[in-house]
Amino acid sequence: MECSSLHRQLAIIKKNLFDQGFLDEQFYQLEELQDDASPNFVEEVVTLFFRDSSRLLTNIEQALREKHPQDFHRLDVLMYQLKDSASSIGAAKVKNECTVFRELCDKENLEGCLRSFQKVKKEHAILRQKLENYFQLQRQVGPVEKATRSGN
Amino acid sequence: MENPLPSSRAEPFPAGLRVLIVDDDPTWLKILEKMLRKCSYEVTTCSLATEALDILRERRDRFDIVISDVNMPDMDGFKLLEHVGLEMDLPVIMMSIDGETSRVMKGVQHGACDYLLKPVRMKELRNIWQHVYRKKMHELKEIETHIHEDFNILRNGYEDLEDRYLIGGTETNSVRKRKDVDCKEFGDQEINDASAVKKARVVWSVDLHQKFVNAVNQIGFDKVGPKKILDLMNVPGLTRENVASHLQKYRLYLSRIQKQNEGRTCGNMPSDLINNDNRGNFVLHSTTNIPEDSELTKCIVRTESFHSQEIAPSAQNGETKRIVPVQVVGSKKSLLSNAPCTQKVNSVPQLGVLLSFKGMMPSIKEKSYEPTTVKHKPLHDDTLRKQLMQYPKQEDCSMLTDHSCFSNLDQDHAPSFNPLSTLPPSVISSSCTDERYMKDLCEMKHFLTDYRSGHFSSIPPMTCMIDSVSLQVKHGIVNAEDIGAICKLEGSPSTKDYNFDEAYNQGCFPLTCEFSLKSEAELDSFPEDLHLCSVQKIGCLENMTFSGAGFLPYIDSTPTMNEVQTNWYRGSEGHGEYFDDLDYPPINESLSA
Repeated sequence: MECSSLHRQLAIIKKNLFDQGFLDEQFYQLEELQDDASPNFVEEVVTLFFRDSSRLLTNIEQALREKHPQDFHRLDVLMYQLKDSASSIGAAKVKNECTVFRELCDKENLEGCLRSFQKVKKEHAILRQKLENYFQLQRQVGPVEKATRSGN
Repeated sequence: MENPLPSSRAEPFPAGLRVLIVDDDPTWLKILEKMLRKCSYEVTTCSLATEALDILRERRDRFDIVISDVNMPDMDGFKLLEHVGLEMDLPVIMMSIDGETSRVMKGVQHGACDYLLKPVRMKELRNIWQHVYRKKMHELKEIETHIHEDFNILRNGYEDLEDRYLIGGTETNSVRKRKDVDCKEFGDQEINDASAVKKARVVWSVDLHQKFVNAVNQIGFDKVGPKKILDLMNVPGLTRENVASHLQKYRLYLSRIQKQNEGRTCGNMPSDLINNDNRGNFVLHSTTNIPEDSELTKCIVRTESFHSQEIAPSAQNGETKRIVPVQVVGSKKSLLSNAPCTQKVNSVPQLGVLLSFKGMMPSIKEKSYEPTTVKHKPLHDDTLRKQLMQYPKQEDCSMLTDHSCFSNLDQDHAPSFNPLSTLPPSVISSSCTDERYMKDLCEMKHFLTDYRSGHFSSIPPMTCMIDSVSLQVKHGIVNAEDIGAICKLEGSPSTKDYNFDEAYNQGCFPLTCEFSLKSEAELDSFPEDLHLCSVQKIGCLENMTFSGAGFLPYIDSTPTMNEVQTNWYRGSEGHGEYFDDLDYPPINESLSA
């Protein structure tokens, strides 16, 4: 059946997201919170995350460009916010890269920070793409899929 | 005042716990809200710390707990924490993705009751009610500690007398056990009632806090004390304890800001700290210069007087003779207590020991008592009134105001109590040197009531001793009326004989009037002046402005009391009556053995 194959496909996508380290346990937490009262809870949260984190990324980008001597403390605060946000949906790779960035901030390594920031942005974009695909597919599968927890 | 935990809801605590979440991250806010709702908590979300503070200031009594992220762009989470702690006295949980010890430490130092690491799990959030509950318990514990303080003193006195007066060892044991059980039950009950009986937290609004700060500034930080502040603030309904608690926080707050104040705060440490830290390990000398407003310290002194001021036992008919002379010079305080005097309690004080006796009781209004209570008429002044005896059948609140008398009334025991079979309570050696209140030396015989509900049919529920009443009057006149009042003791069932010596001396030298009222039956076994304990100026409760009696007896369903307390106790019901405040009858200023 088409439906079950879509289900399978969806499960595989999600499994890959975990296997490849894009997502962590927190994502399951979100799925568990999804219920009849908010059937699209996970998607809503993820959408919210990407909207907000894009804003944060813009802020960081500006901060990196603007000041010369760089205000590392401010960078750190901004990246903290992004890391905090990333942790909310379990965006593991983004979060890890944020940590790297903050460590470089601590060392006042501007070059490193700039490089790291590009990685953060990249991971952010990749995850966004992957999750968009995932939710698109999920919408096709329909509400039956709902909060079923697949894979591990 | 509205109940913090709405009683209307169907589910029991902790469902309906009212949580305010503050997080600048909208994603987290959404997730946390959902999690908390799943825990059946009532959630309010807020993305700005300043906004949160506004909400709390506006609707402060609408929340039980606050969860806040540490890093927020508009205000440091720690700052918010401090404000919430200082103004609202709410438990605050901090959270962040950083688990660095220094950060967590900072949170704890600023008064966070918990520090959660993100990603926060639902099971952690489900568990946050414990902080609300713990806080309540601590509030109750504080009160309870005070009670136990008194209780222990009572017990000391009790056992002391028990050892001397009870005949059979088995009886003694059973009674002692009984007391322990009572004590335990009592404690448990407090805790069980924790959710039902909650003291209202005073909301320190900006205005109120400003008043407080003004008062502190006016008094001067070094000399500041809760009582003084309370007087200066002159806010109706505010209790000394509220002020003391706030002061404590305020000091913490200041010491964080300017870290040089540590030495100072020690000198005038809020009394509950003293109490907790030093209990059972008091040195009398250290407590002789107590700040006037520190009741707990006074209590400690009092405890001390029982623990260590023992004079070596002198064998007299095999009895222990204990004299605890404590002279305290106190200032005159005008206290008006009239509110709960008509309250009668139809239950039994399981243990009631009159520990101390205030030399002067101006303006304590006594309502009429039944003949079972013996009134000690004013010795030298109309305003000086004492009630020497306590009868189990009728306990009067005013008594509690002038005696540091503690009794645990338990409704369960009331039916088995037979007032007719009671003997008069043990009393009382009173010796007063009169300087018009001021230098009264009032030696009160230990006052003991022994109530044994279990043995009630065979043994009188009360073992009461009247040993002696002695009055030492320094250039004063003992008038006939006073004596007459004391002589009422004669009518008491166990007092079949009394000796009455008096000498008048109107010169400048002290003279002694001694009345000895002794139970005939006990005459040969009781030393004349057992257990003399003189504490002057005790019973002057400083927080009487509020309920009329700073002391709340254990009264079940007493409407007026509840009315009075409504503002300060939430869900006050059942057995839940507590000392309203740091109800230690103050022993003022100085002691000398």
